Amino acid sequence: MATDNLEALAYKKEVKRNWLLSTPALIVLVCAASGPLLIMVLFSFLTPGDYGGVKWKWSTEAWFQVAFYKDIFDDTVTIADAHLSILWRSVRLSFLTTLTAFLLGFPTAYFIATRPPETRNIWLFLVTIPFWTNLLIRTFAILEIIRNHGVINSFLLAVGAIDQPLDMLFTDIAILLGMTYVYIPLMILPIYASMERFDFRLVEAAYDLYASRWRVLRKIILPLVKPGVIAGSILVFIPSLGAYVTPRVLGGGKNLMLGNLIELQFGQGRNWPLGAALSLTLLAIVMIALIFYVRSAQKDGGGHGH
Amino acid sequence: MKVAQKSLLAGVLLSMSSIALAAGQLNLYNWGNYTNPKLIEKFEKETGIKVTITDYDSNETALAKVRAGGHGFDLAVPSHSHLPIWVSEGLLANPRVDQMPNFKNVADEWRNPDWDPGRQYSAPWQWGSVGIMVDTSVYNGDINTFGIVLDPPQELVGKINVAPEMNDVITSAILYLGGEACTGDKQLLRKVRDKLVEAKPKWKSMDYGVIEKFAGRDLAASLYWNGAAFRARLKNPDVRYGYPREGYSLWADAVVLLKDAKNVEEAKTFMNFIMAPENAGLISEFARYANSIVGSEKYMPEDMATAPEVIIPKEFIGFGKFYPTCPPDVQKMYTAIWTELQK
Amino acid sequence: MVIRRGAFVIKRMPGFTLVALACFFALYMPLAPLVVYSFNEGNNIALWEGLSLRWYREAWDNELVQSAAIRSLVVATVASVIATVLATMVALGTTRTRPYRGQTTIYALVNQPLIVPEIVTAVALLILFAMIKQATDYHGYAYLISAHTAFCIPFAYLPIRARLEGMDRVLETAAADLYATPWQAFKRVTLPLLLPGIFAGAMLAFVISLDDVVITEFVKSAGQDTLPTYMLGQLRRTITPEINAISTVLLTVSVIMVTLIFFLSRKKAK
Repeated sequence: MATDNLEALAYKKEVKRNWLLSTPALIVLVCAASGPLLIMVLFSFLTPGDYGGVKWKWSTEAWFQVAFYKDIFDDTVTIADAHLSILWRSVRLSFLTTLTAFLLGFPTAYFIATRPPETRNIWLFLVTIPFWTNLLIRTFAILEIIRNHGVINSFLLAVGAIDQPLDMLFTDIAILLGMTYVYIPLMILPIYASMERFDFRLVEAAYDLYASRWRVLRKIILPLVKPGVIAGSILVFIPSLGAYVTPRVLGGGKNLMLGNLIELQFGQGRNWPLGAALSLTLLAIVMIALIFYVRSAQKDGGGHGH
Repeated sequence: MKVAQKSLLAGVLLSMSSIALAAGQLNLYNWGNYTNPKLIEKFEKETGIKVTITDYDSNETALAKVRAGGHGFDLAVPSHSHLPIWVSEGLLANPRVDQMPNFKNVADEWRNPDWDPGRQYSAPWQWGSVGIMVDTSVYNGDINTFGIVLDPPQELVGKINVAPEMNDVITSAILYLGGEACTGDKQLLRKVRDKLVEAKPKWKSMDYGVIEKFAGRDLAASLYWNGAAFRARLKNPDVRYGYPREGYSLWADAVVLLKDAKNVEEAKTFMNFIMAPENAGLISEFARYANSIVGSEKYMPEDMATAPEVIIPKEFIGFGKFYPTCPPDVQKMYTAIWTELQK
Repeated sequence: MVIRRGAFVIKRMPGFTLVALACFFALYMPLAPLVVYSFNEGNNIALWEGLSLRWYREAWDNELVQSAAIRSLVVATVASVIATVLATMVALGTTRTRPYRGQTTIYALVNQPLIVPEIVTAVALLILFAMIKQATDYHGYAYLISAHTAFCIPFAYLPIRARLEGMDRVLETAAADLYATPWQAFKRVTLPLLLPGIFAGAMLAFVISLDDVVITEFVKSAGQDTLPTYMLGQLRRTITPEINAISTVLLTVSVIMVTLIFFLSRKKAK
């Protein structure tokens, strides 16, 4: 009985400590990020103002428009296929971006983590230095690289790998390359952070048991750095979904992504309630996925750290 | 050491945060890369008023920020299409521009525009048009039509750009199909949508930044603004600017005094200042669009005073018009068409 | 010696070094045209018209672009430092603990800025801050810094959390057994172990703040343009190599900093 009480007391103390540690950040977040979002929840139930903004008149029209499309010409109601195809394009490109960033970022993080300790921070800095320049100028630099007379095509033509320039600019490939470039540090750094203290004696032990390199990678290294991989994937996937500048510049602006669609409602479309409803929908989808992930992570990591 | 660093940082922050709102100051809220530094230098020297410039990138952003309040700006430069909204939303003070000493320099046709009757609210900044750019070494036919991008000749297919501006693109398509801007005619709007959807596969991009692509000959035609066409011609002499016969839109940006301005007298001084020919010339010299001030040509670079992109040739003047912002229900249809086009 | 030659290097993964070096190459390749065009004579970032220092001169004379660059750096530094401290605290409060009520809510709140497209937060903040600005008549940097801090928190939080999750409690428990106070245990044991995660998080937060354009555009008061908003304003007209010149200077500064750190840490290691 006594130990039970002690245990309960310790638990209480731990929870209190956790809340104390979290409070300062929560205050900033609630004041400057989540709190203001309540304004958006409110807006999504109002009527669009004539020239942007909102009118204080209750309406669920915006939520209806997220999923359904009332034809402007004959008033027939259908599923909003324009919104769906934009959502699908965004999800597909974001997924491919995350995958590419992982395939390139994992070996890079591994490489950095296996350097001598005193040079690791230098390598990390090298990853972030290109990002000291402005996002727009970086995107334009990529445009310069992949255009028809750009560096890649000139090189491939010179070595004779192709005899016609590859038409990459203003395609989904261009967007994919651009987004990978923009977001790859968000993959490398978290993976590195969880890999840096990796105990290579484990690997040694595995080799002693005649494991192949591939098996070591899959069965020992990957599971242990999983938190970093997941953190990196979240950091790449979610911002890609709402990306705005890169798709616009490298995609030639012909096709919208989710970020552009929402921006349109707050800008020239002058339909703030729809913009609010669209982004809350996006928020809900991602939040559900994240919470689902946290719950399942808690389940299989339950005994972690005792 | 640490304390010294901290106090240094605090000092930097403090000096940055002291945005002076005292007299002798002026806060101008203008389009990015639109204000000639030489103009500001001259103004500061002549009047002793210190000018702070802050940028915006679209009429919608500017309107949203000013409407929200608490912005700290004195002057803004909305486009003609949005100016009546600023007036009707009660965002502007009336500085009686028409009674300012330098108003005498404003050209007759700019003294009483539809969008600012009697010209009491706004001092002219610059104006231009939405037309067609063509590389005539690729296509040599008639370029004074939106057909260049909507029914493109074979030579131009795949080399066309369209400015990513919803209102400009849809208005141009409506005019091309014989309608009136801001029409609520659903039959016509359906044709507009079909025409745009049909033409889009023949376009290469919907993008800004056309000048280098015309110079590098990656593009051969574009729906775009006249100032860029002018600058593209300086890099690629084959570029010509067409004024569509079906009608094309004109635009004008003008300086207005905000209702909650703190530096009213300084702001009025600035409005009067930019209506002097030598100062208006400086405005045009930098952004390369025309202004509305008589006698300012003398102060512009020579290549501008005669450029057909800047000075509209007589035979095309009649086709251009200023269009207002469309009413909300029409705008909704525009947005639906635009989303459909880019899905 | 003979045996060493074919020695099996435990840490080696075939192809990884190659991919990593290719990745570094790809990271730096696009910077080449960026730097090259900063020396362009013409006023275009994609059309070469001859060698000149014109844009460095123009940037040097342009008070607007200089103050925007300094402002970007200061805001990014302040916001990323605050965000990293706060994120470290939350990470300690949400990892390696028995599940408690509200943990998922904290997790969701911390990550929320990642998920909402910037324009939405931007408009919401515009409306909220405009009310505060009107009520208090304060137009300073607190708005920009709090907005930046908020969206930097998840970027700092995730690497730190990932690091913490992989850390064993054993050492801290040992410290406690040796009568270290919790603070001592944290300072001497947890913090040093956590440092790589904190470092990675802080750097992410810094570059994210440095790049932000949409939220800044809506939150900034008069005279608070940063480099990205200054550039956004140029997008519809021509983006001039002036920005390339400024970016090149920033790059040079960062390279010098890295070199300095490298030599300092080498000295320490000796």
